[in-house]
Amino acid sequence: MDTAISFATPKSTPRRVPPTLESGVLLWLRENLFSSIYNTVLTGLAMWALFLTIPDFIAWAFVDAVWRTDDPQTCRDAAGACWAVIGEKHRVMLFGTFPYDEHWRGVLAIVLIVGMAILSAFRRFWSYLLFVVWLGVTAAVLVLLLGGVFGLTPTGTHKWGGLPLTLLMFVGTVVGGMPLAVFLALGRRSRLPAIKAICVGFIEIVRGVPLITVLFMASLMFPLFMPEGVTIDKFLRAQIGMILFFAAYAAEIVRGGLQAIPRGQYEAADTIGFSYWQKTNRIILPQALRIVLPALMNDIIRAFKNTTFVSIIGLFDVLGATATALEDPLWVLFALEAYTFIFVFYFVFCFSMSKYSEHIERDLKKGRNL
Amino acid sequence: MTEIEHVSADTAMHSAGEVIVTLLDVNKWYGEFHALRDVNLVVGRGEKVVVCGPSGSGKSTMIRCINRLEEHQEGDIIVDGVELVPDLRKIEAIRRQVGMVFQNFNLFPHLTVMDNLTLGPVLVQDTGKEEAEAAAMDLLKRVKIPEQAWKYPGQLSGGQQQRVAIARALMLKPKIMLFDEPTSALDPEMIHEVLDVMIELAKEGMTMICVTHEMGFAREVADLVVFMDSGEVVEAAKPKRFFSEPENERTKLFLSQVLH
Ligand SMILES: Nc1ncnc2c1ncn2[C@@H]1O[C@H](COP(=O)(O)OP(=O)(O)OP(=O)(O)O)[C@@H](O)[C@H]1O
Ligand SMILES: [Mg+2]
Repeated sequence: MDTAISFATPKSTPRRVPPTLESGVLLWLRENLFSSIYNTVLTGLAMWALFLTIPDFIAWAFVDAVWRTDDPQTCRDAAGACWAVIGEKHRVMLFGTFPYDEHWRGVLAIVLIVGMAILSAFRRFWSYLLFVVWLGVTAAVLVLLLGGVFGLTPTGTHKWGGLPLTLLMFVGTVVGGMPLAVFLALGRRSRLPAIKAICVGFIEIVRGVPLITVLFMASLMFPLFMPEGVTIDKFLRAQIGMILFFAAYAAEIVRGGLQAIPRGQYEAADTIGFSYWQKTNRIILPQALRIVLPALMNDIIRAFKNTTFVSIIGLFDVLGATATALEDPLWVLFALEAYTFIFVFYFVFCFSMSKYSEHIERDLKKGRNL
Repeated sequence: MTEIEHVSADTAMHSAGEVIVTLLDVNKWYGEFHALRDVNLVVGRGEKVVVCGPSGSGKSTMIRCINRLEEHQEGDIIVDGVELVPDLRKIEAIRRQVGMVFQNFNLFPHLTVMDNLTLGPVLVQDTGKEEAEAAAMDLLKRVKIPEQAWKYPGQLSGGQQQRVAIARALMLKPKIMLFDEPTSALDPEMIHEVLDVMIELAKEGMTMICVTHEMGFAREVADLVVFMDSGEVVEAAKPKRFFSEPENERTKLFLSQVLH
């Protein structure tokens, strides 16, 4: 091939930094807000809308707002928001009808649950033991709220309300629902037809109806099935309904994780001679749950928001308790402020959970070991 | 049917020693597909059998029947004196006697190398954690990667992962080791580090059944080379004769393709 004209020139060059790119605020603005005519028009419209609303909102929420007063008349005279309603009513909003002198127990319950939630976010604590600790904390919170032992005044579930009720219902749903979800997911993949049919039937029926109907069924139907004279507590009935609903959805997510585990993992575990449960607990589930964690977090956040539905069957969660607090005719005008507070509360909880979930998802995508 | 007579002749010869694995007229179907056809194989304790053959010939299927990852439908499989029958209760007990190494390593990615090794003994043999870790360290030294003990499988090269997989299988002190193309997923420069470990293991007297196309390995350690094609054992002979005077046309064709 004397006629070939391909060639390459060997050359040695030291490594250097890339030529400087334009950076900073101006570049960002140009790329994100003014990259095209349409984008520029949209940016203009958005600016105009903000210009119209923001000053009014700031005046209402901050400048003209009343922050502290025990006289509703002060609020009525003011042009801005009446945040004083929160200071005035926060006890009822946060603890509902729980006896006033016992509110410290509610506070302790909140601290326990939130503390545990923060602890659980650290991966070094992830193990089956963490779940056992959660069971213990849930039991402790139950005792704390029920009273009747250790010299605590008995306070039945009909007196519960507000944030402790919301949080306990939430934790009970997840702590009770997760194991059930795992069993349902495993059962749905079982080779035994009876077990498989029961699991599929349960999952599909519960997923086929709205949460509200599950709660109504739980609150109205359970008593019918119970023998004469036996009543199940209203809180417990709602809790069971919430657990079943959560478990049915979480089961499908867990099943997705189980399916994602390569067959080789099952075979390797089999060749070592693990029993079904050893294989499931030590090899398959730890991997499957890690894979589906972001999806599970979504469901957990939804379970948190779903606790507000219990107010429909007459339990006073944070939202229900706030509605009760606003029955006071003196303060009823300031519902917007009270609900804004609840709005912010739910947003902070859900947003932090969702940010945490995003963080995990990022690490998972990098293929890092959680 | 001269092939079968070969096996029978070898069987007679081996009967002097102790037989540890026996396959008698084993048949296996995947649905309608006849994957193993009257397979006969006898393995003596401490002996090494290399199984080769074209893709889809049933090599994996056969060795996976030996630890019952697959179930056969006809014929007898006897492993260390226990017959593998459908209602076998303690299949786990037999699997612990039989170590297996896979093409894709199949290490547990969520566990460290150390935990990959110790989980088996700790859970199924009630070995103490410390004792298991000491044993694991010894084995990791034998496969020459003690410094990788606390890493995760994902941080290891393919060759290192496969050596961990071999060590993991050895942790349970198996009587038989099965290898299913242990070097096929490896880059050429890593094949040798794995083969060296296998050769060493062979010299220590382990009973081994290896599906592999590493003919150098077969020449060096095999007591018997078995050639399979479309679910049948086509030829079985000592390596010297297998490579120098193969009898079946299919064997000759196969050898001309894998030997250069
Ligand atoms: N689970 C299965 N279901 C259906 N057919 C299967 C299954 N496993 C294997 N087979 C078929 O059985 C035949 C033998 O497969 P096997 O995996 O034993 O071959 P092999 O000799 O190990 O091939 P390779 O060298 O590619 O690994 C193939 O034709 C394959 O398609
Ligand atoms: Mg194969």
